[in-house]
Parts: sequence; structure tokens; C-alpha cells
Amino acid sequence: MTTPSSSLSNSLRSGPDERGRFGVFGGRFVAETLMPLVLELEEAYRATQADPAFREELDYYYRDYVGRPSPLWFAKRLTEELGGAKVYLKREELNHTGSHKLNNVMGQILLARRMGKTRIVAETGAGQHGVATATVCALFGLKCVIYMGATDVERQKPNVFRMHLLGAEVKPVTAGAGTLKDAMNEAMRDWVANVADTYFLVGTVAGPHPYPEMVRDFQSIIGTEVKEQIVRAEGRLPDVIVAAIGGGSNAMGIFHPFLDDADVRLIGVEAAGLGLDSGKTAASISRGRSGVLHGNRTYLLQDKHGQIEEAHSISAGLDYPGIGPEHSWLNDIGRAEYVGVTDQEALDAFQLLTRTEGIIPALECAHGLAHVMKIAPEMPKDKIIVLNVSGRGDKDIFTVASHLGVNL
Amino acid sequence: MSRIKARFEALKTEGRGALIPYLQAFDPDYETSLELLKAMPAAGADLIEIGVPFSDPSADGPTIQAAALRGLKAGATLGGVLEMVRSFRETDAETPIILMGYLNPIDSYGPAEFCFDAVQAGVDGIIVVDMPTEEADLLDAHARAAGLDIISLVAPTTARTRLFHVLKDASGFVYYVSITGITGTGSASQAQLEEALPKIREATDLPVAIGFGISTPEQARAASRIGDAAVVASALIKTMAGTLSEGQATEKTVPSVLKQLIELSAAVRG
Ligand SMILES: Cc1ncc(COP(=O)(O)O)c(C=O)c1O
Repeated sequence: MTTPSSSLSNSLRSGPDERGRFGVFGGRFVAETLMPLVLELEEAYRATQADPAFREELDYYYRDYVGRPSPLWFAKRLTEELGGAKVYLKREELNHTGSHKLNNVMGQILLARRMGKTRIVAETGAGQHGVATATVCALFGLKCVIYMGATDVERQKPNVFRMHLLGAEVKPVTAGAGTLKDAMNEAMRDWVANVADTYFLVGTVAGPHPYPEMVRDFQSIIGTEVKEQIVRAEGRLPDVIVAAIGGGSNAMGIFHPFLDDADVRLIGVEAAGLGLDSGKTAASISRGRSGVLHGNRTYLLQDKHGQIEEAHSISAGLDYPGIGPEHSWLNDIGRAEYVGVTDQEALDAFQLLTRTEGIIPALECAHGLAHVMKIAPEMPKDKIIVLNVSGRGDKDIFTVASHLGVNL
Repeated sequence: MSRIKARFEALKTEGRGALIPYLQAFDPDYETSLELLKAMPAAGADLIEIGVPFSDPSADGPTIQAAALRGLKAGATLGGVLEMVRSFRETDAETPIILMGYLNPIDSYGPAEFCFDAVQAGVDGIIVVDMPTEEADLLDAHARAAGLDIISLVAPTTARTRLFHVLKDASGFVYYVSITGITGTGSASQAQLEEALPKIREATDLPVAIGFGISTPEQARAASRIGDAAVVASALIKTMAGTLSEGQATEKTVPSVLKQLIELSAAVRG
């Protein structure tokens, strides 16, 4: 866990500042009704950072419930197929509930319990964060309400059913395009209306401070493990790390421990949808500009009047017009690169990984793999790429089937 | 003296609180909302709040969300809202106008340019829902330079020490969000208001407007007496929405809202 500024002042890992900013990005743009809660949350989070018992408790759940550490797998057949750099896969899809989302949820639920909250609300896109949240609510016997865009409810049916089985109430949101942004609005409305007993369990590195910092800290277990694992396997750090970006939590989690290792290239892959210039994309950094939404300043897809635009991606988990503020900052200072991958490229990558490694990836991280497919062949065979496989693809087989013309 | 200050001082002499109706700009179209705006003072509006449509109104309930959507469909932009105020000022130089909205359209317009243009157009104050005190430096200096009041919001969750912090540099009036919730979904009781207001007054000498959940003439009357003004928003928009035909204005639209406004105003004055 990162300690605030002090000891790391020459480090890229010391952000955010006391206002919750990474450069000009981040902050706490919430209504006054929520502001005292956001301040209370920060205070409670700082208390856990200072308490070794909290970390011990979290480590216990990471090991015996989540199933950490997750393996770092050398993808031999994929590497041969691509004919260039060695490709390693960080196997976050093997976590309980099938994605990296539980790393963050586990940390926040322990915090919510310490704060005495009894009701949990969360937003979800692909449903992975919703499932992870419903899971820990079942584990601790807490009431759970999940907001999910109506469009996403339709395209991620298996996850909706899983949440129901876990005892959560899933509320479909019909506002806007019925995707992640609308679910986020509705979850914030719920929080404002239920401030006394409710904890808002944000699923990615966005929202008002301290969420971006806190979620990053919990997800940093990914990068911390990779650092040890790759040194054990190869005796050195990787040359490139690639991760897909929705709000940016799996990417931030694998990037953050490497921010000060200048020789490690960090590449975030945004969903280009039908193409970066198609007008149907979710590539907030490539095609957006700075603005304020959902509590933070960051790159946003918006029109020239400051109205937020609908994102588009085949992947419900990437279908968001914003991105975590720390990524916006890493882009502007040039420490990380952000590229786009289309729906079709992701579908091709999905099939390649399934056939070469026997791993069915979530469509989200299939975007990351699609970029690896572009760069690995161009790199010498002694170079190393690590791809974050943020989730498994069972939830996506219906979407993929329909794109392949198969009726399930 | 600012229009806001002048209006509250005049009402003090009259011995009553203010009625502040709210309308969403461009809802359901530019002409209708401008016609309504121009007719509001004669129907009893003491100050007027104009909602600036935003794609993601995360502090608003279904009624205002729908109004914002209609406004955006009708082509609302922040520049267009300023145009509407400019047109209003051709016939009314005294009724204070307050814009209420979210930060991103202002950020996109440019904070300095916006504050200047807003005052030029005849806007007196702005309420930016998602800009708490901690982030207000984005607009503060520009607003001060232009002579635009930034109206501070306080809520039931704002504790005593924080009230002093939030209201330290407040100007115009204070807006008390009387429920922990979104617009149009619930109401504070008279007893709750009577308990909350003295605490706010300890921290400020400015007039206090009470909003969120005020819909009936009785509620407006009580709020305007316990506080210094009652804001009525969702109730008026609900009435307006009920007159629309396939999202379009009908001949009932403006008269229905004005009739309700007259009833509210009679209660506040009574
Ligand atoms: C498997 C998987 N990967 C990635 C994401 C995108 O989120 P983030 O960018 O926060 O990692 C999601 C979101 O639902 C997901 O389910």
C-alpha cells in the first residue's frame, strides 16, 4: 500500500496530492451532500493504511478466498504463433469470480465493514464488478444493490443471473444508452439518498478522491506480484506491459508498481469500437478532452458544448466515456502510452488465445491481446511482454457467438 | 447593489420571504421556455432559477432528468441559455436570474469567458451542483472579477464546522438542500427545517433559500418563512410535462405552469 507523498517525493508513485489530484486530473467534484462522506471515507482509508492488522486481514482473504497470488504464465504457443517477443500472461482470470475486480472489492468491503456500513451499492458494466460485489456481500451478509445499464443487463445475462443467485438486487438503468456511465449516475443518486447506512463501492480507478487512489492501491497487488514473478522466471523486468482500459483499474494495478522503472514501457489499450474515427468508440484518451464527470477531472468523450457522449464498445466493461484520472496524467507526462483496438480486432484476439493457450479471455482483455498481436511480431525474441488477462470470457460467449453467426 | 441583494432587501421591507421557481432552459423548446421565463415575474416569481441541461445530471431525480433530456433534444447549449437570459433582460431589469447546472458545460465554455458572458447577458448568480467549496477555485476569481455570485450549497450532511468553512466566502444567498437525496423525491418536515435553519444562520448573514422537495403552496409558505426563500422545481416541471403532447408544447403548457406559480405565490405572500 502506498503511503501519502512524504517518502516518495521524487517518485511517479507518490500521487495524488492532498486534493486528490494527479497533475490537473482527479479532485472531488461532488455535490455538497456527498462531500462530507467523501472526506469521511478518506479519513477511514488513511486509518486502514496506518493499521498493519488491516493489511493482514486483507492478505488472508487474498490468499484463502480470492486465490492469490495469481500465476504468471509463459504463453509458449502464443509466442511461437506471433513469432517475436516472449509473451507472459498475468492470470487474473483465475481469481475467484473470474476477474481482477475482486482485488479491489475485497479491500473496500473490509473498509466498509470497519466504517459500520450495512448496505452496499455499486455500478457495473460487464457485470464483473457487480458479481464481485455481490459475492463479498454474500460472504459478509450485507445488503447489496447493483446498478447496471439496461443494455448491459441484456448483453451480460449470465452475470445478472449470478448476482441474483448471490442475493443482490440488480436495478436496470434505462437512462441514456443504458450502459456503465448511466449506471454510475444512478449509483451516485442512490448514495446521496442513503448516506447514513450506505457504502458506495466504486469498481474502477475513477470517481471522487480517494477512490482512484484507493482502488489503485488495492489493485496494485497485480503489479507487485508480476515484479517478483518475472524476476524469478527471467531474472529481469519485462520490456512492455499491456492492459486493457475501461475505467482503468486492472491497468493501473499492473502499471503502478512499475511507474519508476523507466525502461518498462506501459501500454494501455482503449476500446476503439468501430474505429477511432468512426464516432463509435470508447477511446477517451485518444478521442476525448479534459472535463469533469462522476467526481473527477479526466479525459472524457464529449461534444464541443461539454455534453458527455455515449461510448461504444463490443465489451460492456470498456464501454465508458471516461478514464481514471491517473491514466490521464500518465498520458500527459508521457509515462504511459494509450492505443486503440477495434471490436473486430478484439474478437480475433479472443479466438487466438482460446486456440493457442486454452484460455478463453474476457472481451475486455482481448483488446489488450489484440495490441500484443500487433507489437510482439515486430520485437526481437529476447524481449518480454506481460499482458494482464483481467478476466475470463465465459460471460462473453453469447456476444461472441452472435458475432460469429452462431445461435446459442 | 446586485439584483439579488436588492431583491432580498426589498422583500425584507415587505416582511415576507421569496418564491424562486425553476425552469429548465429549452424545455420543451427555446420559445416556450423563454415565454414562460418572461411571464414568471408577473405570476409571482421573486427570483428565477434556470436549469442548464446536462447529459449526466447525477444529483437530479427522474423529473429533472427528463426535462434536461428534452432541453438537449431541443438544442440547448450554455451559450443558448445565455441568449435566453439576454432576451429576458430586454423586458425585465430587476428579477434576479440564477443559473443552476453542472460544471462540465462551464468548463468546456471556459470559466473566465463564461463568468464574463453570463454577467453581460444579465445572469446574477450560479449554482454549480458538482463544484463543492474544495473545487470552487476553478471559478471563484473569475466570478468575483465579473460580479457574478456563486451560490453556496449546504446540506443536512454539512456539519457545524463545515458550515463555517463552506460559507466563509459565500455570496448572494445560501441554498439549503433540505433533504439527503436527489431532486423531486422527498420533502423535509417543518420540524426538520426549523432545526436546521438556525445552525446555518449562525454561519452566515446571507439570506437562506430552501430547496429540494418543495411542491405544495403550504410547503412553499412554510419554507419561505423558516428560511428566506422557497425554491420550487420538480413540481412545476411535472405540471409542464403533463401538458406536453409527444414531447411538444401545447396551448396548455405555459398557462398551466403559470397558474400553479400564482397559487404558490399567493401562499408565500398570504
Ligand atoms: C475482465 C475485465 N477487464 C477489464 C475491465 C475494465 O475495467 P478496468 O479498466 O477498471 O480494469 C472489466 C470491467 O468490467 C472487466 O470485467
